[in-house]
Amino acid sequence: MVTGVIAAQALHLPHVNYTTIMPELILLGGMLVLLLVSALFKKGLPRDFYASAVVGIGAASLIASLVLYHDVAAHGSFTAIAHSIDVDGFSVLFLTLVSCITIVYPFFAHAYMQREGFEGVEFFALPLISGAGAMFMASANDLILIFLGLEILSIPLYVMAGMDQRRETSGEAAMKYFIMGAFSSAIFLYGMALTYGATGSLNLAEISAFLSKNYVFGNGVLLAGMGLLLVGFLFKIAAVPFHFWSPDVYQGSPTVATGFMAAIAKAGAFAALIRVFMASFPTLASDWQPLLWVVIVLTTLFGAVVALVQKDIKRMLAYSSINQAGFILLGLQSDTSKGIGASLYYVFIYSFLILGTFAIVAIAGAKGDAIHNIDDLKGYAKSHPFLATSLAIFLVSQAGAPFTTGFLAKLQVITAAVEAHSYALAVIAMVSAAIATGFYLRVVYVMFSEGTGTKNALSSGKEIYSLSPLGKLNISPWLFTGIVLCLSVTVLFGFWPQPLVDFATHARLLFR
Amino acid sequence: MNSFPYLTVLLLIPIGAAVALLFVPGKFKKLIHTVSVVTSVAVFGFSALILDEFKSGVAGYQMVTVHSWFGSLGIQYSLGIDGISLFLVLMTTILFPIALAGANEKRNTKSFVIWTLLLEAACLGSFLATDLLLFFIFFEATLVPVYFLIIQFGYERRGYAAVKFFVYTFLGSAFLLVGILALAFIHQSQTHVLTFNVSRLANTHLSSMAEVLLFLAFTAAFAVKAPIFPFHSWSPDAYSESPTSGSILLAGVMAKLGSYGIIRFDLGLFPHAVVMLAPLFLTLGAIGIIYGGIVAAKQRNLKRLVAYSSLAHLGFIVMGAFALSNEAVSGAVLQMLNHGIYTAALFLLIAMIYRRRGTHLLDGISGMQKSAPILAAVFILMVMASIGVPGLNGFVGEFLILAGTFVTHRWWAVVGVIGVVVAAVYLLWAYQQVFHGPEKGHYIENEPKDLTLKEGMVLAPLVVLVILLGLYPKPFLNRITPSVDKLIGHVEQKARVKLPVPASPVASEAHNTQYGKAAEAFAVVSDQKTGVYAAGANNRDASTKNCYGSLWSVSSPQKPMSIVSCQARIS
Repeated sequence: MVTGVIAAQALHLPHVNYTTIMPELILLGGMLVLLLVSALFKKGLPRDFYASAVVGIGAASLIASLVLYHDVAAHGSFTAIAHSIDVDGFSVLFLTLVSCITIVYPFFAHAYMQREGFEGVEFFALPLISGAGAMFMASANDLILIFLGLEILSIPLYVMAGMDQRRETSGEAAMKYFIMGAFSSAIFLYGMALTYGATGSLNLAEISAFLSKNYVFGNGVLLAGMGLLLVGFLFKIAAVPFHFWSPDVYQGSPTVATGFMAAIAKAGAFAALIRVFMASFPTLASDWQPLLWVVIVLTTLFGAVVALVQKDIKRMLAYSSINQAGFILLGLQSDTSKGIGASLYYVFIYSFLILGTFAIVAIAGAKGDAIHNIDDLKGYAKSHPFLATSLAIFLVSQAGAPFTTGFLAKLQVITAAVEAHSYALAVIAMVSAAIATGFYLRVVYVMFSEGTGTKNALSSGKEIYSLSPLGKLNISPWLFTGIVLCLSVTVLFGFWPQPLVDFATHARLLFR
Repeated sequence: MNSFPYLTVLLLIPIGAAVALLFVPGKFKKLIHTVSVVTSVAVFGFSALILDEFKSGVAGYQMVTVHSWFGSLGIQYSLGIDGISLFLVLMTTILFPIALAGANEKRNTKSFVIWTLLLEAACLGSFLATDLLLFFIFFEATLVPVYFLIIQFGYERRGYAAVKFFVYTFLGSAFLLVGILALAFIHQSQTHVLTFNVSRLANTHLSSMAEVLLFLAFTAAFAVKAPIFPFHSWSPDAYSESPTSGSILLAGVMAKLGSYGIIRFDLGLFPHAVVMLAPLFLTLGAIGIIYGGIVAAKQRNLKRLVAYSSLAHLGFIVMGAFALSNEAVSGAVLQMLNHGIYTAALFLLIAMIYRRRGTHLLDGISGMQKSAPILAAVFILMVMASIGVPGLNGFVGEFLILAGTFVTHRWWAVVGVIGVVVAAVYLLWAYQQVFHGPEKGHYIENEPKDLTLKEGMVLAPLVVLVILLGLYPKPFLNRITPSVDKLIGHVEQKARVKLPVPASPVASEAHNTQYGKAAEAFAVVSDQKTGVYAAGANNRDASTKNCYGSLWSVSSPQKPMSIVSCQARIS
């Protein structure tokens, strides 16, 4: 009798409101269709088809995200599917962002595969899975779902890191990423278990409700759970001292995959991190704020200083991205709605910056990702003025130059920190930004200086692209479009920040 | 009020030209160069129009434009011009055409002129912004064009110099940004309005500690930019490794961003802290004067020599700014203009010497006067102006600064005077070495020996200004002093300036009876913490016609009065 009741309850399926997870469904469904179609053709389909298909799928999920945005704006935020999916401004922002990343990525992947002579659908299908995972992480209202999202996000990335089978380093990167990723997942899982033990729930809203109603005496278990969850997230966003995997993985992975990984993993992990800490643990802010304080100081300074001495541009960008992660955390650390808005804005624009940066680094890297020494970029501005200028804009924007999105992003997180009276933290972060300008500008300097590197990156690029319709620019139209997309986001919203800022602000207003 | 947006148009001309030039193929070098020179001359013409529209005798901002730009953060696009910024704007619009016309960048002309035009817009924006964050944005935006100018067109060690320059100044700005935000939020907590408007922020109530910290945060950026000793170590590298135009713009225009920031923002926003820390910065200024002079005397590279002499001259400006008397601050504002003019001229002349002799090193050049008498004549004129010989512009500024400093901080002025002597030593040494003595070193072939007509035309406006400002500075001072008086009045009112030597109650009573109206204005207020203060809110009429201004006015009925006001301050 008793078992019967339990069984009946266990079999009770929640009502599934499919529109709330439509963007995820579009990405996953699109991925399945793409794989199926490609399997039907023995010789495979042309790259142009795959790339256009992914752009189309991304655009469809972007539309679905915007429909959800409209819903939220009109009716307010709500939960769905047994309260495990949140539909609010916050999730909608990330759905939009991930859709945009999915749209931009194939432009770069196409050009990269063309150069490398790669065939096959995997390089286009895997990012769709990853994207769906990131979306689940952003809209999950449940730790279990966040964990599932994390795994869906990560596993395709491990594969992508090892896609370049000709290079040992690629395999090494995949292995390292996988082991460290699995390790961090385990820590995260343990954190979940302890949190469940302390609060009796895995639902973010219920955890928060429990903590606001009950004062937990001797809350060591709860704090340990929260700390382990934090560590799990910090692993994913590569914050110091959990960053060790990132330089090797960034360096070893195929460069285009690195760019995608940097954008999507950050988006997903930051979405979940911010949601968990703002939705579940706001009452424990006095416990996690000092932790984050220390992490931010270490992350910003360590990232900036170590990046200074790197010779390999991909490693340098790995450390630079560690530095930037520290800045994004700054908004969360302030524990104000303005700070969250600032962090969201930062994540949003950083995705485009890093995608564009790695796309150009990939192209400059020549066949087989052979040339990634910064000094080999000598004379790049002369041989490839468009690519060099674009890379310069991306780098200068990451350094925080005015009239680019990078400046406004830094301005907002620093504003949030100052408003929360974290003056010391704001100064330390800005000092790290000053140090960081050193290595960003070094790359720009090398590109714009005379002469040619020991191995000229350019000659190998030319032979592939000289026949392209954009012959004068020496780049394929796919690559050109992708770069122009990223550039326009970077420059347009640098001059005209309000729409994007409002978007991020709405996200935090509707945030429950 | 005139509704025509003069200042916005002033900013848009160079930006528009730069964007338009972006679409011109790089091979039309002549055309690109001509367009850029014409544009910058047009900007100058437009700024002359602004000078014409500018009402002298008005203290506040004129031609104000305000638009909301970044609503949620309260950042406004707001521009205005007053007596302090007016001549800095004019100096900028004069030096840019000269830098563009005087430059000889044959490679990649397009990139050169586009960056230069963008730099002009950023510099003008910094001088015109009346919103602190807008100022910060322009202030930062100047770095990028300069960086690219140095790395693309500089000399051998350009990479090192450019990165050093960028990182140093950015480091200073880090503090400035945090300071700006902190000030705005303190203001918000008091008024519930988030704004970065300078005039409104000036009314923020700050605790003594907060004010000092904010002052230091702001000054960190300005001290690096100016540069003030000991934050100068980037400047000799950047000045000497820059192309000629870069040196002119760095020393002539961008250094003024720092001193302008001190006068506009430090004095305007943190009067109390300024008064408290004035001795420290006066000392740094004085050290800069002496140290810069001595190190300049040791330099064998002409560009580094001028770089260190700039440090010394900026020391004068800083001294004037922190002396906090009307004369000294007016002198500092005027000296910014003066320094821009003769430093630009010196860098141009050095470039002309380089063109003929292919070196910046003193050891490689000697006896040029025989073959280039006109060049030598212009050079010695600029050297004299730089030393501060009466009748030339350097004298007016330095005299005002020293006289004004003497009134409030006597011993620092005495040290400053020694600096003038040192300046004479190193500049005249350099002149003698280059132009006199036996003719040594070889000329580069196919280059003219004496000044060409084109070079003469580039130098002519500077020569005219050096003499005009030296002989008849009154129209300039007439426009500068009302704004400076207002600023000093504000400082005195807010900080309730303590007189240099604390007056005993008896003595101050004696003032009241003895000196009538002028001294009446100094209401003596007692304060438990800091002793005796005197508020000099209404002493403006006494000090407007200051000790020095009266020398230039035909009749000086106010002279006895001004001495009274000076004496009142000393005692």
